[in-house]
Parts: sequence; C-alpha cells; structure tokens
Amino acid sequence: MRPPSSSLTQPFETHHLRMPKHSLTARQYLILGLVAICAPLGDTCLSRGMTHVPAISLAHPGSLVAAVFTPWIAAGIALLIGFFASYLTALSWADLTFVLPATAFGNVIVAFLARFWLREPISVERWIGIALITLGVGFVAQGPSLTQHPAAEPEIQKVSAP
Amino acid sequence: MIAAVVLSSTTGEVLTAAAMKSIGDLDEIRARAGMKGAIGAVVTCPLFFAGVFFLAVAFFALLFALNHLNLSLVAPASASLTLVTNAIAGKIFLKENVDRRRWAAAVLVCVGVYLLAH
Repeated sequence: MRPPSSSLTQPFETHHLRMPKHSLTARQYLILGLVAICAPLGDTCLSRGMTHVPAISLAHPGSLVAAVFTPWIAAGIALLIGFFASYLTALSWADLTFVLPATAFGNVIVAFLARFWLREPISVERWIGIALITLGVGFVAQGPSLTQHPAAEPEIQKVSAP
Repeated sequence: MIAAVVLSSTTGEVLTAAAMKSIGDLDEIRARAGMKGAIGAVVTCPLFFAGVFFLAVAFFALLFALNHLNLSLVAPASASLTLVTNAIAGKIFLKENVDRRRWAAAVLVCVGVYLLAH
C-alpha cells in the first residue's frame, strides 16, 4: 500500500528533526521580553506608589482617583499598558502556549531584582522554582512559535489518491 | 473560588488569543496602517471584548477569593493552575500544537510558579 504523500512519510526520527523551528525576528524577541518585564515592574511600581500614598478611605473615593496621578502609580499604569499591548501583539503572531511561559518568566526577573537590588533573601524552594521556570521557558523557546494549519486539499487530489 | 479564578482567566486568555489570531499580525497592520489602524483592528473585534470581559471577571473573582482565603494560597495556586488549563484549552479550542515539549514546559512552569510564589 502506497503511503500518503506528505512530510509524515519520513521516518519519525527524520520528521522529528525536520519539525519547523521558529524564526522570530529581533523585534519579536523584544516584544516577548517586554511581555516578561512590564507586568512585574508595573505591579512593583503600583505597590511602591500605594505605600507612599496616605491611607485611602472608601468615604473619600476621590483620593483614589488622585492617587493615579502620582509618579510611581502613573509609571505602573504605563508599564501595565505596555505589558498588555506587548501581550496582544505577541498573541497576533505566536501561540498562546508559546507566549504564556514568557509571562511566567517575569516572576524570575522580579526574583533576581529582589535578590540583587533589594537584597531580599530567596529560599531554596524559590531557587528551585526559578530553575524550573527557566527550564520550562527554554523548552518552549526551542520549539515553533506558531502552529501551522495545513490548507484543505482540493477535492480533485483526494479523488486521485489510491 | 480558586476554580472560578482559573476558569475565568483561562476563558479570557483563550478568547483574547483567538481574537488576536483572527485580526492577524499586528506588526504588519501597524506597518501598513499605523498605530491608529492597529488599535482600530483590535477594538473592532468582538472576540477581543469578550476576552477582556472574562479577564475582568477573573480579576473580580481573584478579589473575592482574596477576601476569603490567604494570598499565599490563592496567588500560587491560581497562577500555576492557569498555566496548565491554558495549555489544555489552547489545544482544544485554539487547535495549537501542544506537543510533548510544551506539555513538559507547562508542567515545569506550573510547579516553578507555585514554588516561587508560595
């Protein structure tokens, strides 16, 4: 019986070796980097900004709106907008399951910033977590970024196949 | 409560991803029609607003969960479980090629996020 003519007729090992690797441009790597960095930095700025704002009471909600215009919170909002814009852009040319590990890698960046900038101690458990996330992101980065769906075969080709 | 956060977050992210796929490469749209064209392409997509709606639901579900449970439980559990549910939903609804590499990555990142946030 003649096997169907497609790339899948190759032996598994060869087919596996010929799986398309992603060919991201420098700009796309930059956008993935922004996805990883902007969210945790934005949250950090918001947190820092809110700790410097006097206690806000629900009886005076206007003070919460005014807090938005303080420098740290404005920077945090700008960074979170940047994260969302980068995230949407990445999703327009890569799979969700390719982009999501990049968002998780942001936690690793924050952990390193906390350790080497803020001198916060990191437990062994957290170092293991950092290693696992890095390994997982590396796994995904080695593979294709977008699932290619083959176009439907014309009816005449299906009829002519034995 | 954590399930509500995870399910609504997954729904929102899958709908958002589906919306962006239907719009096409945003970099190409921006090169052709400028930033205004890119923003216009996004805000005229109904799937995008459906995704944002569920992300908003996830946010309020998170606030509700935090009102009843400790952050040390909610944050790592919801963040790590969302990674796995997104991989499952991506394979089923977005027809993404979630091969062994991506499953392994999802599990590694899931455990890693849990350990990091715990």
